[in-house]
Amino acid sequence: MTIPPAIRRNLGRAFLALLVVAALFLVTVIYATGEVLLAGTFLVIIALAAWLYLSQKTYAYRYLFPGIAAAIIFVVFPVIYTIFISFSNYSSRNLLEFPRATQYLLDQTYPGESNTFGFSLFPDGGKFRARLEDSEGGAVFFTPAFAMPGEAPVAVTAVPEAAAGFTPGDPVELGDIIANEENLKKLAITMPNGARLGMTGLSEFAALKRLYTPRPDGSLLNNQDGTVIKPNVRTGFYETPSGEKVLPGFQVKIGLDNYVRIFTDPKYREPFTRIFIWTVVFAGLSVLFSFSLGLVLAVLLNWEALRFRSVYRLLLFLPYAVPGFISILVFKGLFNNNMGEINLILDAVFGIRPPWFSDPFLAKVMLLIVNTWLGFPYMMVVSMGLIKAIPMDLYEASAVAGAGPLTNFFKITLPLIKRPMLPLLISSFAFNFNNFVLVMLLTGGRPDFLDTTIQAGTTDILISYVYRNAFVDSGQQFGLGAAISTVIFLLVAGITLVQIRYTKIADDEKR
Amino acid sequence: MAIVTNKSQRWRVLAAHVFLVCLCALVIFPFLLTISISLRPGNFATGRLIPAEISFEHWRFALGLPTVGPDGTKVYPDLPVLRWLWNSIRVALVSACIGLLLSTTAAYAFARMRFAGKKAALTGLMLMQMFPSVLALVAIHSIFTRIGNAFPVFGMDSLWSLVLAYSGGIALHVWTIKGFYETIPAEIEEAATVDGATPWQAFWRVLLPMALPILMVVFLLAFIGAIIEYPVASILLHSQKNLTLAVGANSFLYPQKYMWGDFAAAAILSGLPITIVFMLAQKGLIAGLTSGGTKG
Repeated sequence: MTIPPAIRRNLGRAFLALLVVAALFLVTVIYATGEVLLAGTFLVIIALAAWLYLSQKTYAYRYLFPGIAAAIIFVVFPVIYTIFISFSNYSSRNLLEFPRATQYLLDQTYPGESNTFGFSLFPDGGKFRARLEDSEGGAVFFTPAFAMPGEAPVAVTAVPEAAAGFTPGDPVELGDIIANEENLKKLAITMPNGARLGMTGLSEFAALKRLYTPRPDGSLLNNQDGTVIKPNVRTGFYETPSGEKVLPGFQVKIGLDNYVRIFTDPKYREPFTRIFIWTVVFAGLSVLFSFSLGLVLAVLLNWEALRFRSVYRLLLFLPYAVPGFISILVFKGLFNNNMGEINLILDAVFGIRPPWFSDPFLAKVMLLIVNTWLGFPYMMVVSMGLIKAIPMDLYEASAVAGAGPLTNFFKITLPLIKRPMLPLLISSFAFNFNNFVLVMLLTGGRPDFLDTTIQAGTTDILISYVYRNAFVDSGQQFGLGAAISTVIFLLVAGITLVQIRYTKIADDEKR
Repeated sequence: MAIVTNKSQRWRVLAAHVFLVCLCALVIFPFLLTISISLRPGNFATGRLIPAEISFEHWRFALGLPTVGPDGTKVYPDLPVLRWLWNSIRVALVSACIGLLLSTTAAYAFARMRFAGKKAALTGLMLMQMFPSVLALVAIHSIFTRIGNAFPVFGMDSLWSLVLAYSGGIALHVWTIKGFYETIPAEIEEAATVDGATPWQAFWRVLLPMALPILMVVFLLAFIGAIIEYPVASILLHSQKNLTLAVGANSFLYPQKYMWGDFAAAAILSGLPITIVFMLAQKGLIAGLTSGGTKG
């Protein structure tokens, strides 16, 4: 295909312009849904893209942009956003932002004192009609046919019986009304005189009034009892004059409160300290056990007097080849107290059935056993490679000097592989420090501490503790979870810095 | 070897064999048991290692086939194992493709071009890879809730969100591919440029075909990474039909509902192909990395 270069260049530009217009349209759509922050982010990205692909000076960045932008949006931005959230009171009680929380309150209604209407529901084709009978005058009204409200509320306008032109059959059974009560509560009926009715009982509709009226100073007047609630930007709630909090709350910046809570509030500090210590112990012991086992195996499998080495190597590598989530769950089943095979065998041989999941110490032992099983093949393979690089004549010299295998191991092998191994051990430590999948799938952090007021488990490591606080247990403390995440970030960053230093040392040695 | 073998050597060899055989038995034990459990009737560990009675009820469950209940009616499995596997494969395929696409061009710029901030960007990528996404779960949850308010397709409980979240993790891929590009002599593309090719043509027509082996390896790695990912999937997905296998598999072993046999069959069914891909990639990775080498 031969297209003149001039047209081709302009074709590219036209395509780009089209893309920009489409993207700008998207931004408008996002802005319209109220996600201002998201719209702004998109706008910046589009502007950057347009500039990069039009300017002649930025040629290299054209290749970089898609990848780097994706990495920044989905890796860097969440990190920054986590830190941002850690300074807020974002939680299930303070989920909404201020305007939305206010709107939620303004949408609240309460039944007024005016007369009530008897309510019954009649099927009409696949749809429904509501019959409303004035409890005082006895006048009857019908609504037009409507589909049962589901997600969205349905608003209909009722007409007098004579104008409806509808001959009702049998009304819907009360049982079906009860089953659909949640949906029917969303039904808003406007009467011919303009009054708005809502469901106030299973067979009763009544005029609904707005619970709150906004006042110019930002406070809300409660129409039902006459109190005034004011937004408190410190606590993130509307509060009554007596200081009572009105749900739902809204998100506010609370500064370092979450961090202060983690480190000083005994309710949080107690479990945090214990979990931190266990995290370090868990990561340290996991590395120690899997490295020791892996190294011993590597030494053995490099021993030329031994036959069938390749068979052993293949079998021992298996735990590394199987996806973690499958083997961890297999172990969860095997360790089961009553039905697991491990206890079955222990019972048959020794007559014991250790409660692996309910005893804190045994649960920790189990985690370490499984993690060693999962981790040693990697250490074995790496160590084998490093041992291969040790010159053979060192061992021959030591054999002449009459040294045994233990002396060889501690005087030659270990010192020589220590340096190159160290950065790998540190990164393995950092990995296990955040070994969320293992803890979450095997024990879920349980058994829980019995003496703490907030839910925390004896086998929880920091990151599973965050997960439980933020997503699993009631409360959904996103702000607190983000603060603990940030603390872990700093710790991992520290570990990473140490690792980079050691890697540099190892590199310098090589040169 | 010139080392004299004596009597203690023979004992030591024997001891080493005993030790290795025991350890191998320990390593293989869980796998053999899983196969055995999947073939035993019932969900209890009542059988021996070699089941006395073989039943395929768990395999029927895993494959989504109905079983005949005690009252003679057909009982359909209540957990869609095959659907989860299919979800996992779809998400992994799409996100691996996008990830690969994003990283090949970025790696090209890093390997061949000069620009301001190159070194900082490379270090930045290295650092990014060291922070696991599990630390940003709260933010990821919040971001996708927000995106979902504007575009429901990319909101909570959508496989597309997961694809989006996985596609951003390209740091390691960029490094790996860049290392391979650098082993290809730059003169080949320079020759193409002299013949009148634009940098894009030199990249697309000349360099990329030569880099195919490493692209395959990176694709497999990204694919496997997405298949076995658990934390992000567990917070983004809720409804049973949308789960990936890693999240769904977790719902077999609850104290109230302990479906040990069904899990075993599902684990083998889905674990086997993944394991084979995993092993292939390991092999390919070692080959790819030793020929490519990630140079700093």
